[in-house]
Amino acid sequence: MTIEELEQIAESVRLENAKYDYEVHVCMDLACASQGADRLRDDLVKAAEASGKKVLVRRTGCMGPCSSGPLVRVDPEETLYAHVNAKHAEAIVSSLGGKPVPELQCDLNDHFEKQVRVVLENAGHIDPEKIDEYIACDGYKALMIALMEMTPNGVIHRITESRLRGRGGGGYPTGLKWSTVAKASGDQKYVVCNGDEGDPGAFMDRSVMEGDPHRVIEGMAIAAYAVGASKGFIYVRAEYPVAVARLTTAIREARRRGLLGSNIGGTTFSFDVEIRLGAGAFVCGEETALLASIEGRRGTPKPRPPYPAVSGLWGKPTLINNVETYANIAPIVRNGGKWFADMGSERSKGTKVFALTGKIKNTGLVEVPMGIKLREIIEEIGGGVPDGHTFKAVQTGGPSGGCIPAEMLDVGVSYDALMAMGSIMGSGGMIVMDDTSCMVNVARFFIEFCMTESCGKCIPCRAGTAQLHTLLTRICNGTATMDDLELVEDLCSTVKEASLCGLGQTAPNPVLSTLKYFRNEYIEHIVNKRCPAGVCAMKSQVEVPA
Amino acid sequence: MPAFTPPPLPSDDKRWKIVNGTMRKNGFARHALIETLHTVQSSFGYLDDDAIRFVARSLRVPLSQAYGVVTFYHYFSLKPPGKHTVTVCAGTACYIKGADQLIEAAEKRLGIAQGQTTKDGNISLMTARCVGACSRAPVVLCDGEVAGEASGEQVLEQLERWTVE
Repeated sequence: MTIEELEQIAESVRLENAKYDYEVHVCMDLACASQGADRLRDDLVKAAEASGKKVLVRRTGCMGPCSSGPLVRVDPEETLYAHVNAKHAEAIVSSLGGKPVPELQCDLNDHFEKQVRVVLENAGHIDPEKIDEYIACDGYKALMIALMEMTPNGVIHRITESRLRGRGGGGYPTGLKWSTVAKASGDQKYVVCNGDEGDPGAFMDRSVMEGDPHRVIEGMAIAAYAVGASKGFIYVRAEYPVAVARLTTAIREARRRGLLGSNIGGTTFSFDVEIRLGAGAFVCGEETALLASIEGRRGTPKPRPPYPAVSGLWGKPTLINNVETYANIAPIVRNGGKWFADMGSERSKGTKVFALTGKIKNTGLVEVPMGIKLREIIEEIGGGVPDGHTFKAVQTGGPSGGCIPAEMLDVGVSYDALMAMGSIMGSGGMIVMDDTSCMVNVARFFIEFCMTESCGKCIPCRAGTAQLHTLLTRICNGTATMDDLELVEDLCSTVKEASLCGLGQTAPNPVLSTLKYFRNEYIEHIVNKRCPAGVCAMKSQVEVPA
Repeated sequence: MPAFTPPPLPSDDKRWKIVNGTMRKNGFARHALIETLHTVQSSFGYLDDDAIRFVARSLRVPLSQAYGVVTFYHYFSLKPPGKHTVTVCAGTACYIKGADQLIEAAEKRLGIAQGQTTKDGNISLMTARCVGACSRAPVVLCDGEVAGEASGEQVLEQLERWTVE
């Protein structure tokens, strides 16, 4: 495979597409699929055949605004239809070439206007199971450019120049990580993709793996070339069967096209990828635990250093990046580091994909430039809190993150700003809460999560989260005292300081951030035995021990 | 040292061949333990003692280590699932939108706690950490089929249908 051959494939796809007058795209991502997008597509195909018009019906990955699903987009007009079901198929096909179907049209301009699509550039445009469609969108071109025109160091330099930071949540500079692995000595090195998206409330990585799987594989191949690895693993949650199936197909197709395997592009570079299934352990998102799991062992973390960059899988130098990080690589190699570094804020470059969910009008996937204000994401892109309720907080970073109150919404989104507010960027879950959510209860929910997911290796995390859960339960049911609150704060700092890995070190964040911004809710529960949001059921006064 | 011979298949059940296939594909390497357990669970629905023993011996992994792995990961189940399974997603977005009420309703109707199966072996009630369909929260999976924006009535109706069958 050479750049010219890629061009030929792209050209043949374009010629094939040119045979059709219209392209009807059906979003088949989980949210739309759960509402009958499958049947809708079948009926569209039937209606198209019956009409005699030249219509190409294409299934795609996530288009973004899931709350308006099932979604259909008609090209070349770019008409977006919302809440489509199978019985609308004929109306859509017969409208082609004429006026759009008015009752299905939706106005989501506000939703899309402030978004910038880098990672999601192909999602909603290509069939994820067809490698040629990815190639037609400049797919694998970056890999060929890297192999033919750049040295491994040149690639690392470009990534460093882009100032891309790890999208799994930690925000470690990607270029620096790559150069550490490249410099590590060893005849065998590994490249690992962390697709163990364990944060409840986050599904960006699932959508990328399902909607544009080749983008992840291409990113990994470029990384392997840069650091000198020949073998890669994608670690995916078993809870994502579609992602596993799409990646399996993608790997097979890439091998068939000679884009994975031996002597890629006629060079001496060889690289292949295998999928490893997670098995429902949140801690496996932590890199050393993930590596243990790939080795077939219990996913318990190890103290660092040594970092995986020096001693990772089977003791060999290993590069671990998140799905979204790899998804950013190909566009950076194609467009240059500067192009990427021109987007975003001072110390957080590029874009970030967020999964916007909870009490918000437009739920779904959004990709925004770093530095955008939280208010713009929630009120403009997200359409605000529905049903006349008022916004209370937005939770970012999952169980490791925190709750950000209304008065902080004008802060721009970046790794550092979120950290300063007591939360973290995390992998990109953004859960909006309104006045019907109790912040103490939410904190208890996350602590319960961390308690269950603690691997049990170190005591601060294993015992600390359990004690925190007991104390928070007491606060929630109105049996706590102010001394208990003090104990909670004390315990939070112990767990934070003394835990072995990221899970324990960040577990207190949801408690600490709600204590910081919503302390009055805690006090209300303790002193007045009342839950301001009306969520917590208080034990009757009689049961309260004296 | 004599070459290692993997143990014979536990029975002539064809599913063991699928399990063996996974191990062979991985050259009976120890690191294939989790992969193989996945195959067992997807073929048999759960992991029983015989299966764990067979896999451990085939991969030359100490039984304690294999059992340790099985019990560490939530995805693996040591109990056979019911004929039907209702799984309520308990991720954050679902929780905020009232997933706990769905769980409560199902628990009350079935008379079992989450993670259990009804005595007649008909229905299992499970919770999931997050199935990634957060934009349609709260989400319920009925025998693997995703239903978004689920209500208590819907869940009860589904349970009713399964009970009548």
